[in-house]
Amino acid sequence: MIEVRELTKRYGELVAVKDLTFEVEAGRIWGLLGPNAAGKTTTMRILTGYLPATSGRATVAGYDVFDKPDDVKRSIGYLPEVVPLYLDMTVESYLAFVAEIKQVPKAKRKAAVARVVESAGLKDVGRRLIKNISRGYKQRVGIAQAMIHDPKVLVLDEPTIGLDPAQIREIRELIRGLRGGHTILLSTHILPEVTQVCDGVVIINQGRLMASGSLADLAASFEKTDGVLIRLRRCGAEEAGLFRGLPGVEKAVVEGDEIRIEWSRGRDLREDVARLALDKGLGLKEMRSVASIEDLYMKIVSGGLEQ
Amino acid sequence: MRNIWSLVKKELRAYFSSPIAYVIIAGFLLLVGYFFYSLVAWFNAAAMQMAQNPYYAQQVNINEMVFSPLFHNMIIILVLVAPLLTMRLLAEEKKGGTDELLFTSPLSVGEIVLGKYIAALIMWTIMLGLTALLSIFAFAYGNPELAPWLTGYLGLFLTGALFIAIGLFFSSLTENQIVAAFLTVVTLLLLLVLNWVTSSGGGGWRTVLSYLSFSDHFGDMARGILDTKDVAYYLTFSAFGLFLTHSVIQSRRWR
Repeated sequence: MIEVRELTKRYGELVAVKDLTFEVEAGRIWGLLGPNAAGKTTTMRILTGYLPATSGRATVAGYDVFDKPDDVKRSIGYLPEVVPLYLDMTVESYLAFVAEIKQVPKAKRKAAVARVVESAGLKDVGRRLIKNISRGYKQRVGIAQAMIHDPKVLVLDEPTIGLDPAQIREIRELIRGLRGGHTILLSTHILPEVTQVCDGVVIINQGRLMASGSLADLAASFEKTDGVLIRLRRCGAEEAGLFRGLPGVEKAVVEGDEIRIEWSRGRDLREDVARLALDKGLGLKEMRSVASIEDLYMKIVSGGLEQ
Repeated sequence: MRNIWSLVKKELRAYFSSPIAYVIIAGFLLLVGYFFYSLVAWFNAAAMQMAQNPYYAQQVNINEMVFSPLFHNMIIILVLVAPLLTMRLLAEEKKGGTDELLFTSPLSVGEIVLGKYIAALIMWTIMLGLTALLSIFAFAYGNPELAPWLTGYLGLFLTGALFIAIGLFFSSLTENQIVAAFLTVVTLLLLLVLNWVTSSGGGGWRTVLSYLSFSDHFGDMARGILDTKDVAYYLTFSAFGLFLTHSVIQSRRWR
């Protein structure tokens, strides 16, 4: 549904996106993950026809972004990073205006507004001026305007940025609820957003592709771990010493309120570690792999990993 | 065409759902009303005196003595008012990020520019229409000629159309409304006085500069002279302003 091939965007000397290639299947929610200034917004602006690319190709819903911009714009709903709201309009009149410029036929406009007001949970604020509603509602209005023409593809740039935790949960729930009916590409610099909402992820840094694939695939490639972090009732040097005695373990050190245990590549000592903790009655509370998507992401962000 | 109309409606709603439209219209009418009143009062006194002398009595003409100076005064007010109408049109969209909504909708840049332009032009037409009500008194109690009056109003409309095109252009250059308004005022004032260069001799570049000024073109129309040359001046330069606005928006996206 979304196909990006060797996309490059330069602003003068600055290369914002370089040779980016990825694909999103129909009906999936895909995350575009990267630190700030990684090129997420630029990529999305190119996909939505706001900016032209320097080179490369992109197609959305089968239409080339450069050759058929109007067809692409009709098939795409876009929530920019700064929600494009007219503060002096009421929520409903704003949505009606967006329906008009997105060329929703006149007879269907009322129903379209009612539909997105319902699905974005805006019933209580429909007649209020946008400048008077809360940040969370403004974000919902942003998502509602993106859905007004019932597009096949939704592009959401940082949909939860600046919201409080309760609002973040609501917005994530709202997006999850759209799975199946729409193909969604959402950008974020927060990893949990991807793992909670998305089916797959494209990780970029400094405009370059670092990794992409479904979460299941990525997780599988990290199944072979060479270390774990465990949490016990008490995590002291004494407990760490016990694990150091385990055959194959190279390192066991206290790290905050956890113990980091590492072994040589190719082995898997997770069961041994767990058994030892149980046998000694250390009160095992938690154990997780060191090599996770989070670690991968952290390495990418800190520049420690080049593809 | 339908797209343009959607944008026109939105802009008009923006004018009228904020105090902008009411404040500008009220202030404009107050000033024009005052000018009209003082011109008529002066005309009454002058006409009374001129009527004593059969030679001067021939020359009493309400079109020349009231309407023509009134129209000139209205242009001066418009130099200050037009930037207020146009400064927000594109600058505000850019500042608020709403341009991203417009440019990712199936609208062409030309439609966006025209929608904004027509909305401001409708505002100006409303303002002109309201001032025309003042003239009803002149027509009810005096006997002005209709044709020069109509030509004068056509001149006012066309001058407004030119000013709005210039204001829209400056609004496309910046996201700061005050900068847009100020640059517009400076340009309009320059265009107002550019014909002064011919006062120290004509010919060559002086003629060109003088042609660029709207003052002589408007002066003809305010006196009731309808010349296609003047109409062509307004249409050409208004279209040029819109073309420049279009180019600025296009080039910004491709940079």
